[in-house]
Parts: sequence; C-alpha cells; structure tokens
Amino acid sequence: MSVNLLSQLLVQSGTAPELSLAQWETILGQTRKSRLLGRLAQHFLSQQWLISVPQQPRQYLEGALRLIDRQHHEVRWEVQCIRQALKDVDTPVVMLKGAAYFVAGLPPRDGRLFSDIDIMIRRDRIAEVESALYRCGWISEERDAYNQHYYREWMHEIPPLRHVRRNTVIDVHHTITPPTSRFKVDGAELLQHIQAVDARGDLFILNPPDMVLHSAVHLFQEGEFGHGLRDLLDLKDLLEHFQQQADFWPHLFQRASELKLQIPLFHALFHIQRLFDVAAPAQWTQQVAECAPAAPARIAMAWLLGLALRPDHPSCDTHWTGLARWLLYLRSHFLRMPLHLVVPHLLRKAYMGYFPEKNL
Amino acid sequence: MIISQLDFSELAARLRGSGLRIRTGSINFRIISSLPSIAQGIHLLYPDYPLVEEDAFIDFTVEVNKATGMRRWLRPQVKFTYEGVEPFGALPVAQAFPMLEWAMNWCISTQSHHFLSLHAAVLEREGCAVILPAPPGSGKSTLCAGLASRGWRLLSDELTLISLKDGLITPLGRPISLKNQSLEVIRQFYPDAVLNQVTHDTSKGSISHLKIPPGHVAQLEQRARPRWVVFPKYVPDSKAELTLRSKANSLLELGRNSFNYHVLGQAGFELLADVISASDCYDFRYSQLEDAVTLFDELALKEHP
Repeated sequence: MSVNLLSQLLVQSGTAPELSLAQWETILGQTRKSRLLGRLAQHFLSQQWLISVPQQPRQYLEGALRLIDRQHHEVRWEVQCIRQALKDVDTPVVMLKGAAYFVAGLPPRDGRLFSDIDIMIRRDRIAEVESALYRCGWISEERDAYNQHYYREWMHEIPPLRHVRRNTVIDVHHTITPPTSRFKVDGAELLQHIQAVDARGDLFILNPPDMVLHSAVHLFQEGEFGHGLRDLLDLKDLLEHFQQQADFWPHLFQRASELKLQIPLFHALFHIQRLFDVAAPAQWTQQVAECAPAAPARIAMAWLLGLALRPDHPSCDTHWTGLARWLLYLRSHFLRMPLHLVVPHLLRKAYMGYFPEKNL
Repeated sequence: MIISQLDFSELAARLRGSGLRIRTGSINFRIISSLPSIAQGIHLLYPDYPLVEEDAFIDFTVEVNKATGMRRWLRPQVKFTYEGVEPFGALPVAQAFPMLEWAMNWCISTQSHHFLSLHAAVLEREGCAVILPAPPGSGKSTLCAGLASRGWRLLSDELTLISLKDGLITPLGRPISLKNQSLEVIRQFYPDAVLNQVTHDTSKGSISHLKIPPGHVAQLEQRARPRWVVFPKYVPDSKAELTLRSKANSLLELGRNSFNYHVLGQAGFELLADVISASDCYDFRYSQLEDAVTLFDELALKEHP
C-alpha cells in the first residue's frame, strides 16, 4: 500500500472510496502506527462515509472516535489545571502545537490524540514556573543526571514534568527551537506577537505565521519521524485555514525572513505540495523558491524526507527507509548542537541504549 | 475448515510463512511464528477452531519470534511484534506460548473499544452469563476451569467483552490459563484435561493452558446476557459460600476491573449500570472445587428450574 494512497484518503472528498478488506487491514496498521487513525476516522465521519465502511474495520474507526472524544475531555481539564497553577507567575503562558490547536479550536484539533502539552513562557521565569508547577503536582520525569544536564545546560530547557496523580506530561519551553540550534529563535521576539485565546487574557497562542513556522521547524529539525506525516497534515490544515486571512502569505514570508526560518518553511511547502497537492498561491512561487537551500542540500533532503515521512510501518518501508531515518536523526542532532557537543552526546546515548537497566 | 484438518507440517509452514489465519470467537487473528513450541501449542489446544478465508478481514496480526541481537546465543529470547513495534519486553524463549496468549489479549483489550472489556472470566448456562472478576491469585482461573469441565460453557477465562450496542457478552473462548497449584487441582478434578506443556519461572510462576471442550468452540458465535456477577476468593479450608453484595459497590469494582472503562466515559458507565441491574451480585469463597460447582449449579437451577 503506497503512502500516497493513505495521504489521498486523508484529504479527498466526494464519493466514498471503495476498499477491500485487505486494504482496510493495511490502512488500519499504517494509521495506528503513525497516530492517524483518529484523523482518518474523523475524516470519514465528516464526509459521511462511515456507513459505507465494512463492519469489521468500521468498529476500529468508531473506537478511535471514542478514544479521541475521551481524550479531548481530559485535555480540556488539563489546560484548566495549568492555567490555575500558573496564574500568579509573571509570564504569559503560550500554548504550543497540539495544545494550541485545541484551545484555539483550529482544524488540526479534529481527530487528534494528544500526548504531552507544550507551553512557552518567559525565559527569565523558568524557575518560578517550575516551582509553581511542582507545587501543583508536576514533577520532573527525568531521573538520570546526565539527561537533566543535557536539558538544562545545552537545550536550555527543563525536562518534561509529569503530574503525580493524573500522569499527564507538560513540556515547558522558552522558545521554539533549542538555543544551540542552527535555526535558533529568540523567544522574546515571539512573545511580542502572541494572541490571547479568550477574554480572560491568561492563555495565549503564537500568531498565525509564527505557528506555521514553528510547526515547520519542529518537523524538519526533529530526529523522530514517527508522526511526521501527521505533523505535516497539521501544517497543511493550518495553511488552508490561515490563508483565508488577507495578507497571510506575505506575512508568512516576511516572518520567515525575520526569524531566518526560510529553509524549514521551504521543506514543509515542498512536501505538502508533493503529498497533498496544496501549494502557496501562484504569485508566491518565486518567494517560495527563494527560501530553498542550495541544490545539493535541497535534493538530498527531498529524498530523505520523502522516505522518512511515510508512515513508520512495515508496509511502507523500503531498503532505504531505515537509513533515511537514521541520517535525519543524526542531522537533527547536528542542527541542534555544535559538533564538540554532539559526538560525546550520541556516544553516550548509544551506551545508555545498550544498557538501559543501569541507567534507571 | 478447522485447524485439525491441516496436518502439522502444513500448520507450521503457514505459521512460518504468511501467517496462520484463525478465528477465536468474533476476532480474526493472523499468527506469525517460526517457533516449534507455538506450532505445537496451537496444534494441541486449537484443533477445533475455524480457519479464516483468504479474503476475510484480519483484526490483529501478532508475530512472536526469536529476538535477534547479541543475546541470542547466551540466553535465547522471544519477542512479540505488532505493526512493527514491540509492546512488551523480550522474554525467555520457553515462554513463547504464554507470550502469544498474552499478546492476543493485549491486542483486544487495548484496541477493541466497540466493547467494554473487563478483566474477568465469564461462563454461560442456558443463555445466562456469570461474570467472575478477580485479581490474580483469587482462584478465578481454577474455578473457571472447574465450571467449564462440568457443563458451564466457557466464554472467556480472561476478557469479558460486553457489546456497547446491546449489552450482550461476546465469547472469545481461548484456552484457559492455569498457574501453579491450580494445575494439580484441575488434573485431579478433570481427568480428561488436555494441558499444554508447563512453562516454569514466568512472572506468574508455572503456567500452562487448558484446552476447552470442542462443544464450546462450536458455540463461539452465540452470545449471552449477563445474569450474575460473582467475586470469587479461594480461602483454604473454607466452606463454599455465596453472599449477596451491594450492587453499587459491585459496579465500582467492575469499573476497576475494566481495561477500557476510562475510554468509554458515560457510555461505559451506563453499560455497567445495565449489567449490574440485570445481575445478582455475590461474594464467593471456596476451597473445594466440587462444592463450588454444586453451588453454581444451584444458582443456575434457581434461574431455570
């Protein structure tokens, strides 16, 4: 089952597709692995295609809808708890990624399962935020001293925090990429342009161009592509939604230039066009091309990402998929850290991977 | 076509190749394994189960095979792979067959949200089902095996699946897992018992699986309505005794013994409420299996005199 069939299935409309039971089996496998089952189910629901799905696979689509419904219920509560915990800390609380789509009611929220909640706060308030969250029951996930050091010193982040009772995880950031990264962005610059979610004024999201750029840089700088296809779909949803606003595209290119994020934006637009046939309006073609990296990098990345963005499922793997993913994993580290830090870090991670019990 | 109509080499070949397609109750599995103990276990315990046709839907594909890597010469291990991922850690290769059974249960309990699934045994008599929820060590499996050998139809020894649509219980009907002293008790109680070879040193002790009577397999498409919820507890030297217990408390306890109650939210709660209001709820203590079966038979007799 080619990945293009799955991508088409997720975005097409009109008459219900006719799929054999064997095809359904494969689709369920691919979507389970790439965390797209909920999205597929939601799409079938909104297109009114569920009735045409054979009973056996349909049970799993309906099950996914139940799971999502339940989870959204829980996320709503979680956001409430976070708001309450941080109300006295002198910083805006900015929801990022999935949590942002959720609180702002943006299209990627539909059919999406959430794992961690990501928030962004003022860099100089990290300690207070950590304390406030600790008082309300969130404690550090990370027990290993080396990993703590990695987070705090090199990534300038605190490790994820897990709530002792609810078992939910919150990831606290002060910017959208690591400060050691090639694509570093100053959080203060982003905080200048945030938007309040509602009249209470205590919860924010990034403005549309920043949200799109965050999604792009996160996807193409990350080493893990387990849900790459899902993240790309989220990005596509955002673009289709925001471009209804006047001047969205010029603002997007201008902001990409200001934050020096043209290259991730280019990669994102390239693959969204390739997989979903969604592109920037024709008058912006030149602008898009100007965002591209030099030809060798552009060609190599197109190939690597083309493979890595397939659902991470045996039915989609080629001989090269494993290599592509590994190269991108390496690349992500080089992007995030300078060489003299990366090499010892990766060696250590390999060692810890081999002897996990010693590091508990 | 049923499993026993394949000769052993054909069975093993399918397992090694594209997979053995087998139907257990309402769930179609494809099982992939090159391990002899898996082929032998299936040959012994699943002869009466139907094979699934080539073009039919497969709910879950489970692969249980030897782990590769450095350790394979020192202490061979077996791993369960599902959709390219390993949900459990690797286990010693001797535990391959129990691992297969756990893997099949895991697939159902984590993904079948069209059912409310309970960690409970369930058996049926004349259309009425008795649900036996219980934590490990309460004697539930011994009781379940005892009842299944004496006229109670086995629906499942581990997973009670209650349909969200109509509240009926769907059988799974797979082999009954028995541990430790249970094995000896059942060998005495049920002389015709067909038991797989015993696996020692698992996290639960010594384990084996008991084949269910062929008549039960033939009826796996027949569902049952819940009628009794009985919480068993093995208490040494005690007399078999059923005591009525609070329905409200029983509802909460069933919720605690459920795999996906938290996913189903209000629908799950309402379904449990329906199950409880239709059922008499009891605490049950026993030490002698013979007495236990007698008491359960009396319960059934009261329902259908």
